[in-house]
This record gives sequence, structure tokens and C-alpha cells, in this order.
Amino acid sequence: MLIFMARRFGTMVLTMLVVSILVFLFLEINVEGVAIKVLGPYSSQEQRQIWLEANGYNDAAVWRYLRWLGNFVIGDFGQSVRFKVPVSEVLWPRLANTGILGGIALFFASLIGLTLGVIAGMREGGGRDRAVSVTSILTTSVPEFASATFLISIFVFQLQLLPGTSGMAEGFDLEQLILPVMVLVIYDFGYIARMTRASMAEVMTTHYIRTAILKGLPYGQVIRQHALRNALIAPFTVIMLQINWLLSGVIVVEWAFGYKGFGALLYEASLNQDIYLIEACAMVAVFVAVMTQTLADIGYTYLNPRIRFS
Amino acid sequence: MTDQAVSVPRRESSVLRFARGLALIRESWVGSVGLAIIVFWALVAIFADVLAPFPPNATGAPMTLPGGPSLDGSMIHYLGTDQLGRDILSRIIFGSRQVLFYAPLATFCAYLVGIPMGLAAGYRRGLTDDVLSFFANVILSFPVLVLYILIIATIGASGSNIVIAVTFASAPGIMRIVRGLVLDLRNREYVFAAETRGETPWRIMLVEILPNARGPLIVDACLRLGYVVITIGTLGFLGLGLPPPDPDWGGMVSETRQFAMFMPHMAIYPCIAISSLVLGFNLLADGLREVSMRD
Repeated sequence: MLIFMARRFGTMVLTMLVVSILVFLFLEINVEGVAIKVLGPYSSQEQRQIWLEANGYNDAAVWRYLRWLGNFVIGDFGQSVRFKVPVSEVLWPRLANTGILGGIALFFASLIGLTLGVIAGMREGGGRDRAVSVTSILTTSVPEFASATFLISIFVFQLQLLPGTSGMAEGFDLEQLILPVMVLVIYDFGYIARMTRASMAEVMTTHYIRTAILKGLPYGQVIRQHALRNALIAPFTVIMLQINWLLSGVIVVEWAFGYKGFGALLYEASLNQDIYLIEACAMVAVFVAVMTQTLADIGYTYLNPRIRFS
Repeated sequence: MTDQAVSVPRRESSVLRFARGLALIRESWVGSVGLAIIVFWALVAIFADVLAPFPPNATGAPMTLPGGPSLDGSMIHYLGTDQLGRDILSRIIFGSRQVLFYAPLATFCAYLVGIPMGLAAGYRRGLTDDVLSFFANVILSFPVLVLYILIIATIGASGSNIVIAVTFASAPGIMRIVRGLVLDLRNREYVFAAETRGETPWRIMLVEILPNARGPLIVDACLRLGYVVITIGTLGFLGLGLPPPDPDWGGMVSETRQFAMFMPHMAIYPCIAISSLVLGFNLLADGLREVSMRD
């Protein structure tokens, strides 16, 4: 177990290192673009050169990278050229906002996905199974920006029930979270439902379930006590890995609703070639990806004692 | 003389076999519906010039409601006009060309890169596998959309750059799938036979292994096509898509979204178009999977 964790940690550090180098090299393609973004498209060539010189962009790329890496390790993420404040000052509050949005969305997506998946998988090929399958294909086919548009036109335009933006200008408002959460849940629950359905259908064909039914146990009890425990192991992994996907969806949703979160931050940083901000966001993204994967693996062995770390 | 000695059953032409494979989809109604939707949009794209009532960039009265008359009163804007007075129906019809050109092209390029990587990693194993798998993991540990935004924001928004970005971001995923399939297939007898015959590794990979891995890959390609359509739409929505003024479904939503609170029709119809196309690909993939599992 300890060896496993240590190896995972090593992989994570290595991955973060490679990603940070790749991102850095990638933004090297067009360094002058940074100056244009900061000074505006009508700045003169000399102004840009002076700005680049003053902000240390003319040093060799290797030095700039190493300097950034050194600072990053001790917790100094650098200065954001877009927001003109230290990166950590914008990063952490935004990350917390996204944590709230993503957490609520993931909770509901899992709840709906698991429930529908179990119902569908109880009788494979039955009417409910088909209904759930088609529904989940339908909802995963609607891109987030499209469902955002649909929901806005229904709840904001027609019914005038909910606010159409989620800027949270006057403090935190739960009402403004409803639409963004709905968009994320609609897009994400289908995949969880399909995976749960497959897992549940597989469990229902096993011998011990047949035995339990044949010995005359009530059907509900067979489902609850025998089938569910084993059927929910695989979906657990799926849900954990879904977090990484959620991060993509969050960008669109936050942009569409003007929610001030991590996704919108990353989008703005990319558009403005705000290199230190992008690097910090990329590191967070990789950290989340590797962490969820590790948690998924550990949780999997905990839920399924037949699997052991090798 | 000798080639006459053995009687080999005549093999049907590949075109015929392909058509027969395609006909199998009729067995699944989900797949048939999906195929019908895709064929519908393909026809719309091909005959856009005939079908569209207006030129895609011609302007008339702005923000006409659906069913409203055109400026000279001789024609009807069936789906209304956008903020610049361009006919929405015509723009959707012409926009289908963009999507149906770039999405298959980008998916094809991604497979062109991903398949050799997966074959090499799965067949050669060892160091090749380790290096390729590590880089695939690095790229896949990134949220996909972040990757797209980073690439497009740096190299600029254009059709060819979308193809490059999709290739770069999808190839690792394809590599992983191919690798998994190859790991299973490389231990088959026909592969050993080919090795004994002394065939070159690349010939074995491309001629012996790849055709036998095509089933899951076709299903995956269908799903991926749907996802690439979503990606192109999303990039358009974020303002990183195909450059204006030519119609692009995602871009149409992005331009008219600010009016969605009081004039939602301008953004809704392109959304319906893109969702239906993605639905077509997903249904087809599901149908193909169902049919391929049956036999």
C-alpha cells in the first residue's frame, strides 16, 4: 500500500513536471503575444520590447522556467498579467467556487445516475432499461452550451423563475446556482447511469443472485442486500474519474453563466496568454486528475477485497 | 497452373461486403434512427445551395421572429433572423457544411496518428510502450477542453487549427484503445503464423492485427465523431471556432446568446441542430455496438 502510494506520488510529480514544461514551451511559440495582450494591439514595437524586458521575458526560456519552478515549489506562483495580482490571490477563491458548483453537480449526477442505472440494470432489455438507455444517450448528446441555452429560454425567458446569470454580485446566492448545476447534471448523469446499468446487469446474471431469488427471498431484498453492494463497485470508479470530465464542462458552464470559478479563470488565462496563471491552473488540473485516479484505485480495492495491490 | 488447383470460394467484392455490413444496422432501431439523422444532415450539407432560401450572409430586417416576412415581403424567414438580419434557417443549412467537413476530417487525422502509436505500443511492448503510454497519460490527465483552449488560443482560431488541436488531444485516447485491443490480439495463432513466415512487424500490425480490431474501433470512431462535433460547437461558443462571417453553429449561439433572455429563438435553433447531429452519431454508435454484440 505504501509502495503503491509512493509510486503514484512519483508519477504525479513527474507528470506535473512534464506538463509544466510542455505548457511553457507551448507558450514560447508566441512570446510577443503576451506584450500585445497586455499593452493592446496598437502599442508600438518598442513599447512591447520595453515591457518584455522589464518583466524578464527576454531571458533565456530555460532560466525563466527554472526560476518559475523554484518559486512554484516554495508556494510562490508568480504574478498574473491579466489580473495584475499574485496568482494565488485569484486562484484559491475561484477554486473554492468551482468546488461548490462541481460538488453539488457531482452529487446530483451520481444520485440520479446510480438510481436510474440500478433500475435499468435490474431487468436487462426490459422497458425501463430501454427508456433509461435512450434517455441517457439523449442527454449526453446535448452539449453543455446548448442545454444552457435551452434552460435559459425555459426558466428565464418563458417562466421567469430563475436568474439567467450567476455572477454572485450581491454575495452568495443559491438560486443562481440552480441552472449551472442543472446543465452539468444533465450532461454527466447519463454516463454514470450507463456504467451502473452495465455493472448491475452483469451482477444480476451471477449464480448467487439466482440462488437468492430461487430460495424465495423477496425481490426487493435480493436487490438491496445482494446485488447493490457488488453492482456499485464499478460505478464508484466511474464517478471518481468523472471529476476530471466535470472540469471541462465547468469551463463552458461558468463562461455561459458568468460564474466566477476555476473554469472561467482558466479560459481567461488561456485567452490572454497569462503564462503563470495557466501554469498554476494546469498544475491544479493535473493534481486533481491524478488524485481522483489514486482515490478511485484505493477505493476500488477497499470495496472489492478480491483485488489487491501488486 | 498451380493457382487453379485449389478451389477457393469466391469472395464478395469489398464494396458489397461493406454494404452488407451497413445493412446490419437495420436490425437495431436505435442505430437506424441515428443513421437516418446523419444521412439527413449529410444531404442538407450537400444540397445547401438548393435548400437554403437565402444566401447565408445576406442581411435583412434584424431579429425577425420565426415565420416573419422578409424585407420585401416576398419570402418568409421560417426560423426568423439573427441580430444582423441574416436568415437563421439558411445559416443552419450552410453551417452543416462546416461541421460535417471538419468533424470527420479531424477524427480521421486523430486516428491516423493514434492507430500507429497504439499498434507500436501494444505490439512492441517494452520501452516503446512505456514512453508512448507515459505521454498519453500526461496528455489525458489534462481536462480535454483545457487542451483545446490552450492550443487554439495560442495558434489562433481556424479550421485547420481545430483539426490540429483535435488530433493532438484525441490521439492519446485512441492510442490507449488500440493498445488494449492489440495486447489481446497479438497472442492469436494467426499472428504467430505471420511471425513464423517472417513478415515484417509493421506488416503484421497493419495487415494481420488492425483489421481484426476494427469492430470496437468503428464504434469508438462514431462516439468520437459526436464528441468532436460537440467540441467544434463548444469552441465556436467560446469564440474560438471558425472565423466569422461564415456560419458555424457554435458561433451562431455565441453571437446571439446575449439576447437569449428576450429573443431565445436566435440561439435555440442552432443548438437543436448541433444536438440532433450529435444524437445521430451517439445513436448510431449504440446501434453498432448492439449489433456487433449480437453475433
